[in-house]
Amino acid sequence: MSALIELRNITKTYGQGQVSFQALKGVGLGIDEGDFVAVMGPSGSGKSTVMNILGCLDVPSSGEYLFRDVHVEQLNRDQRALLRRNFLGFVFQGFNLLARTTAQENVELPLLYRGEPATERQVAAAAALEQVGLTGWGHHTSAELSGGQQQRVAIARAIVTSPTLLLADEPTGNLDTQRSHEIMELLTSLNEEKGITVLMVTHEPEMAEYAKRIVHFVDGNIDSDIRNRAINSYRRAA
Amino acid sequence: MLWSSFLLALREIRRNLLRSFLTILGIVIGVSAVITMVTLGNGATQAVKNQVASLGSNLLQIRPGQRMFGGGGGGAPDFTLADVDAIRSQIPGLAAVAPQENKNSTVVAGSNNWSTSVVGSTNDFFTAGNWTVAAGRTFTDAEQQAGQTVCLIGETVRSQLYGSAIPLGERLRVGNFSCEIIGTLGSKGQASMGRDQDDMIVLPLKAVQRRLSGNQDIGSIQVSVQDANNIDQVKSDLTTLLRERRHIAEGSDDNFNVQDTRQIADALSGTTQVMTTLLGAVASVSLLVGGIGIMNIMLVSVTERTREIGIRLAIGALESEVLMQFLIEAVVLAALGGLIGIALATGASVLLSKVMQVPYTFNASINLLSFVFSAGIGILFGYMPAKRAARLDPIEALRHE
Repeated sequence: MSALIELRNITKTYGQGQVSFQALKGVGLGIDEGDFVAVMGPSGSGKSTVMNILGCLDVPSSGEYLFRDVHVEQLNRDQRALLRRNFLGFVFQGFNLLARTTAQENVELPLLYRGEPATERQVAAAAALEQVGLTGWGHHTSAELSGGQQQRVAIARAIVTSPTLLLADEPTGNLDTQRSHEIMELLTSLNEEKGITVLMVTHEPEMAEYAKRIVHFVDGNIDSDIRNRAINSYRRAA
Repeated sequence: MLWSSFLLALREIRRNLLRSFLTILGIVIGVSAVITMVTLGNGATQAVKNQVASLGSNLLQIRPGQRMFGGGGGGAPDFTLADVDAIRSQIPGLAAVAPQENKNSTVVAGSNNWSTSVVGSTNDFFTAGNWTVAAGRTFTDAEQQAGQTVCLIGETVRSQLYGSAIPLGERLRVGNFSCEIIGTLGSKGQASMGRDQDDMIVLPLKAVQRRLSGNQDIGSIQVSVQDANNIDQVKSDLTTLLRERRHIAEGSDDNFNVQDTRQIADALSGTTQVMTTLLGAVASVSLLVGGIGIMNIMLVSVTERTREIGIRLAIGALESEVLMQFLIEAVVLAALGGLIGIALATGASVLLSKVMQVPYTFNASINLLSFVFSAGIGILFGYMPAKRAARLDPIEALRHE
């Protein structure tokens, strides 16, 4: 497998002088195409920061970030936006769907920015909704959907563009256990069947067990990075 | 990109109907209030001007005595026909010089009688006073020379005595003589001071002098000036000529006065213009309030919209695309509000000007001004918060509560 992402000695410092806070202290991390990585760690360990940097939502203070051998840290704002548009998909803890907007329209949104024609947008969005098990829910607005359904819509929105990398920031953080497992099953199947590389931040070990690889952050750096042996046994049990 | 931004904008407007409606409402109220007020104000000014113009065009009224308004001053002698001839021959640039001798008298036709003003004058009277002949004819030279008892009657007199009939050729009793009606005059309605201009009959000057006044005096002279720019010149010429003819010593006051309808017009339309300005000022306040309404709606929706912008940025929208969408949204709303406002104002102005009986004139500049002002506010306050939000990092915008 070729390296999709490589972080080299990434640091991120918030604030300046006396009140400055170093969230990342020289992180090095490589992620291969097709991997499913869970990022864990206590609050303030830098796991969300590294996620934002990987998602091109934030820029590192120093270090190198290579996405398919492209130096992301050298890209400008619009170039990073285009990278997000064409290669990345996001799932947030708070779902972040547009208010008063139907599921179908939410899912179509990334395609709109890609300039896809209307009919293709509708077909692709319907397909994505089917994939997350929401066939027939397209005309419902976010307010009419349960939390689990909203997160499914958010996942459909993230995968409708067939992204290379799916970034999920605590995707089960607002959901009960049963919904959480459903979402994790969905992410796993996207990883295995569609070959989408998944990177997920979570603080629930139970959810991290779905991943092929678990990276622990402590105090702004990687504490442990292990291939997940439990994965098969866990899934057999489930 | 422009097209997709346009689609996004329209979709957002449709999706947030209440917000869109409130924004539009502010603009509609602001625009329509200002346009309606100013249009009606202008209409009122125009109405006053029209009334004054109906007194006669570029008219100078020469009366004995010193007072501006009201009849002859005590002691000051009336004019003579020689004065009229002198004015006509010695002062250039006049359209008409009409000697006038007025007496009040009761006129009788059959069983109806009516107290009215009897005017003795010449055909110049009709020219100077902008009178039209509704039916029949004016005086012939022979009738004027001989002072024959023929008359033209005003609309009020006609309707009071004859109802709906046109009484050409009928004989009308005036005091102790009777005259033949040879014409009726077109209506001019109320003069600006509330006097009914149509309440009179006109006979040749000599007929009135001989049969009602019993002397050769002329109560007043109307002079119509060809070119409005010459009025001041004509006025001073008249004053000089009449002082000379009336033997007024150097340094003494005039014992006559020359009144200018333009002065009256200026005074009256000046008043209504002040009113228009006042109305406009009041309406500007509603424009301002409308503007503040727009501002509030736009600013209040900013929290929600900041998150929205964060979402859009996160899924790969460019800053410029987001801004374009918000700009188009604001422009569409503002333009829509402005157009509705103008339509509403036009409807209201037409209706109200009918009710208030003032002429309706479309004032392009005030339409444009109020439209630009409220549309400008809508665009500015729709766009500025969006610009600030679009500059944020996507994560910061998403975190916005």
